[in-house]
Amino acid sequence: MTSNAKKILGALVYWLFAGIIAVMVCIPFFWMVSTSLKSRGALMSIPMEWLPKEPTLDAYQKLFEIPFFAKSIFNSLYMAVTCTVAQLLFASMAAFALTKIRFKGQNAVFSLYITALMIPVQITFIPIFIILTRMNLTNNLNTFILFHLFNAFAIFMLRQRMMTIHNAMVEAALIDGAGWWRIFFQIIMPLCGGALATLAILSFMSVWNDYLLPLVLLSDRAKATLPIILSGLSGQYQNQFNLMMAGALVSIIPILILYVCVQGQFKEGMTVGSVKG
Amino acid sequence: MKIAKTNNGLIALMFLLPSLIGFAVFSVLPMIVSMAVSLSSWDGLSKLILFDDVSGFFQEFGIGVANYSNIFATPELYQVLGNTLKFVAMYIPLMLIAAMSVGLILAKGRRGSGVLRILYYIPVITSWVAGALIWRWAFSPEYGIINEILKIFGISGPLWLQSAQWAMPGIVLASVWKDMGYFGLMLFAGLRSIDAGYYEAASIDGAGKIRQFFNVTLPMLSPTLFFVIIINIINSLQIFPQVMVMTPGGGPGGSTMVMVERIYTRAFSYYQMGYASALSWILFVVIFLFTFIQMQLQKRWVTYDV
Repeated sequence: MTSNAKKILGALVYWLFAGIIAVMVCIPFFWMVSTSLKSRGALMSIPMEWLPKEPTLDAYQKLFEIPFFAKSIFNSLYMAVTCTVAQLLFASMAAFALTKIRFKGQNAVFSLYITALMIPVQITFIPIFIILTRMNLTNNLNTFILFHLFNAFAIFMLRQRMMTIHNAMVEAALIDGAGWWRIFFQIIMPLCGGALATLAILSFMSVWNDYLLPLVLLSDRAKATLPIILSGLSGQYQNQFNLMMAGALVSIIPILILYVCVQGQFKEGMTVGSVKG
Repeated sequence: MKIAKTNNGLIALMFLLPSLIGFAVFSVLPMIVSMAVSLSSWDGLSKLILFDDVSGFFQEFGIGVANYSNIFATPELYQVLGNTLKFVAMYIPLMLIAAMSVGLILAKGRRGSGVLRILYYIPVITSWVAGALIWRWAFSPEYGIINEILKIFGISGPLWLQSAQWAMPGIVLASVWKDMGYFGLMLFAGLRSIDAGYYEAASIDGAGKIRQFFNVTLPMLSPTLFFVIIINIINSLQIFPQVMVMTPGGGPGGSTMVMVERIYTRAFSYYQMGYASALSWILFVVIFLFTFIQMQLQKRWVTYDV
C-alpha cells in the first residue's frame, strides 16, 4: 500500500469510528426533536414515523399552557443567576483569605473545608430539608443562594488559581495604602477572570440542571424549577411524550446555547478536578 | 515579606465569614441532625422538637440503633446492593470502552475533530431529567426508537424499562450515553500528557499501532484510568434522577431500587425520616471509603490546571 492510500484509509477508519459514536450521541436528541413535532395520534403510529409526516407545534403550544411551566423557566433562570453570583463572590472571598491574608489556622481551615468534598448532597438532603423546614425557608428560591455560601470545590479551584498570583502584588498595594476589600475586588478578582468564568459556567449549568434539592425543597408548584415541572409531566400527562419531549428541548436549548458560546472555556484541564459528586 | 509576618486574623475572618457560616449550617449541622434523626423513629410529620429540646426528642422518638439493625435485617438493603452491583458491573466496562473511544478520537485530532469535542459533550450538559425523559420514551417497547433500530438488525427488542431483567441495563445505557463525553474528555487529557517519545521509541522497535496501544498507551494511562474507575464507583453509588424519572417507584419488581432512590422514597413517601437517615449514614460510610482512596490517588496523580 502506498503511504497516500494508507493515509486515506486511516482517515476513513477514523471518521467511520468517530461517526458511529456521533450518531449514538445524537439519536436520543433526534428522537426528542422528532417526537416534539408530532401530534398526539402520530406518537403511537405503527410503523413508527422517524420524522413526523405532519409536523405540528401543538405540543409546544400546549406545553406553555401548562400552569407554571413558563414560570418555572423564569424560576430556573433566577436561581441559576443568583446562585452563580453568590458562589463566585463567596468562594473568591474564602480563597482570598486562604491564600493572601496571613492568619493563624489557615491550613486548618483549608483542611476542614476540603473534607466537605466527601459529603455529597445525596447524603445531606434529608437533614437540610429538616433544618430549612424548621427555619421556614422551604418553597423559597432565595434559599438556594444559601447553599452557595460555601462551596468546597469552587474554593479549592480558586485557591489553586490565587496561589499563582504573587504576594508581592498584594504587599505593594498594602504599602500604597489600599484596603483589603480594594485589593480583593480590584487586583485579585480581575486576575482570576479565567477561573471565575469557568466556574460561572459550571455553576450556572449545575444549578439549571439541579434536581434533588429543588425536588425536596420546592413543593409549591409556583416556585418549582424547570426540571421539577418537567419530571412532573411524566406523572400528569402519562403518555403524551410529544409534550415531554418539547419540554426536554426547551430545557436543553438555553444551556446548549451557553455551552456552544463558551465551549472554549471547556478545555480538558477543567474536567480533571471537577469531581462534584 | 510583609504578609507573612503580620497576623490578620480579624480581616481573614471577615472574608471567611460567609463560607464558615455555610460550612457550619450545610455541612456540619446536617451530619449532626442526620445522626440524631437516624437514632429515632421520627416520621417527618409530628413536630420536630430536636432543635429546642434534645433530650425530650430522644425521650419521645429515641429508638437507639433499631433503624440500623432493621435495615440490615430487611431484604431491601441487599436488593439495593445487588442492583447497584449490577449497575456497576455493566456501567464501568461499557463506560471505559465508550470513554476510551472518545478519548482516542479526540486525541488523534484530525481536522474537524474540534466539532466532535463539542458534540460528544452535549449529553453531559443536558439535564438528567430531560435525558431520562428522552430515554424513557426511546425505550418504549412498541413505539420507541431503540427497538425500531434493533428491528433493522433483525432483533426483536426487549420490554426494557417494563421488565425486571432489562430495566437496569436500560438505565446503564442511558447513563453511559450521558457520561461518556465527560470521562472521554478526562481520558483525552491523560492521553495528551503521554510523551510522544514513547511512541517513537516503540515504533522504532517495530511495534505496530495495536501493540503500541497495549504496551504504551494503556500502562501510561493507568493512573487516569484507575482514577476514572474510582470516580465511577462513587458516582454509581449515588445515581438518582435517571432512576427516579425512567423507572419511578423502584422499577418492575424493585429491579432498579438504588440507595439514594430508597433514601428519598423512605423519607418523603413513607415518612420514615429515621430509617432514611440511617440509610444515608450507611451510604456515607461507603462513599467515604472510596473518596478516601480517590483523594490519596488524586494527591499523587492529578494536576489542576484551570
